[in-house]
Amino acid sequence: MLRSLNIDPEKCTGCLQCEMACSYENEGVFNPAKSRIKVFTFHDEGRFVPYTCTQCDEAWCLHACPVEAIKMNRETGAMEVSDSVCVGCKVCTIACPFGTVNYNQDTGKVVKCDLCGGDPKCATACPTDAITYVDANATGLDKMRAWAAKTDNAASA
Amino acid sequence: MKHVIVGAGPAGVVAAETIRKLDPSAEVTIIGNEPEPPYSRMAIPYLLIDNIEEEGTYLRKEETHFSDSAINVVVDTVVSVDPGAHSLALGSGKNMEYDKLLIASGSTPISPPIPGIDNPRVTSCWTLDDARKITSGIKPGAPVVLIGAGFIGCIILEALVSAGANLTVVEMGNRMVPRMLDETCGTLLEKWCKEKGVNVMTSSQVEAIEDASDNVRVKISGNREVEAELVISAAGVRANAGFLEGSGVEMSNGAVVIDEYMCSSVADIYAAGDVACGRDFSTGEYSVQAIQPTAVDHGRAAASNMVDHGAVRHQGSVLMNVLDTMGLISASYGQWEGIKGGDTATLVDKDNFRYLQLQFDGDRLIGANTLGMTQHIGVLRGLVQGRFHLGNWKNRLMDNPLLVMEAYLAATQGIQA
Repeated sequence: MLRSLNIDPEKCTGCLQCEMACSYENEGVFNPAKSRIKVFTFHDEGRFVPYTCTQCDEAWCLHACPVEAIKMNRETGAMEVSDSVCVGCKVCTIACPFGTVNYNQDTGKVVKCDLCGGDPKCATACPTDAITYVDANATGLDKMRAWAAKTDNAASA
Repeated sequence: MKHVIVGAGPAGVVAAETIRKLDPSAEVTIIGNEPEPPYSRMAIPYLLIDNIEEEGTYLRKEETHFSDSAINVVVDTVVSVDPGAHSLALGSGKNMEYDKLLIASGSTPISPPIPGIDNPRVTSCWTLDDARKITSGIKPGAPVVLIGAGFIGCIILEALVSAGANLTVVEMGNRMVPRMLDETCGTLLEKWCKEKGVNVMTSSQVEAIEDASDNVRVKISGNREVEAELVISAAGVRANAGFLEGSGVEMSNGAVVIDEYMCSSVADIYAAGDVACGRDFSTGEYSVQAIQPTAVDHGRAAASNMVDHGAVRHQGSVLMNVLDTMGLISASYGQWEGIKGGDTATLVDKDNFRYLQLQFDGDRLIGANTLGMTQHIGVLRGLVQGRFHLGNWKNRLMDNPLLVMEAYLAATQGIQA
């Protein structure tokens, strides 16, 4: 069964455990700057919004890649970057309208959330269930896809 | 149904694959004029710096990808198109018939009108063959002149410098990449290149290339002169559509005029990518964007309409570019030059080569320029393409343009400023 990250910003306390877990899992260091999930802080409104790739159906990154370096993992549904194929052209980073594919200047490759291969550490680390990994049919995915649709519909208005 | 696609770049290949998906029984043929399997010109700079092998530039990695998908890839050239007979005359002397034809023949470097431009020491940087010539032509310390500091010129700078070239860049515009970066941004980029030892001459023109004893003398406006072992001409490209002469297909500035269904003025002939004068998302006007994302966008839309005319109404492509010039990354989106009556927000950190410029129409973001930014830049597309009314978030962005990600989240998640 396909699962997806469900983010409920109302539950986020801004503890950044997700960023630490992501960075450690993927980069081997506790460095929030290297995290693929990012918590945005709205000081004035007292809100925190964890944000990462929704593995959207449109897969703008995948289609924009000129060398087939981004492919969908059929088991997890995640769009994955193959480091050995990526040439570092960055076209995916400007094509993703969610801003969730980033270029890593140290490695010369792009990075994005790959759901940790089906065991996303951000969800495990989150102490308040603001980030959960759930059945893709749950409301979370619909909601996240709705953002995608919003961008898409506006484009065809 | 017999679909013929002229051009084996991203537009042509994506169109062929889309047709195959939509109509498993269709006959699909791609005609390319280069001997290699379909490849990406976007990857050539990375081949030049030895990050990848030639295979790394190929659009599809499986050797049998095209045959497995029942897509015929033919190496040939197209001489002329006869719409009445639904037939192409090929360079090999054969004819090929089509039911639907896609012109995805891309573009070709222009040869600037400079005396001596046909000297054998002058090459363009467009094909894999050009790349081989450049790699074998540069010896450490060799003086090299690059004509044009546009997108292609800039993206190969690192390769030329790391190969040891003693490099002079001659650009007609008053700054680097004038068609993608505003004055502040292009000027900062010039400073960056100069600090890295590249001799950049803006507002300058190559006037002649003359044979010298064992290299060439390049004469530059202002009575300047440099010697070069290799001259790379990257003075721009033009649509590759000469074979359409006499076909009755309407052209604009040498490119194929298409409608919202990617169809040319002649029935059953479509166009996509660099050769197509397509709709711009921001302006609604028709122009040649000549960028990878638009080629793919066009290819998919054209294919859908070739299979079922009217299936996809193309809403226009957002102009976007990203460029890595010796490690300094710049990007542009949409109407980055701004519009009359619109507001501009800028943030400059000249010492650290960082720049962010946002363009607004009322409270909507319509374009941007960035320098030295690599995180979350795609959200600028989201904001432009979403046409979000930002309300008070626009004022926040005017104060601090770096809040683009927050502004996007606020717009999509209903966070009031």
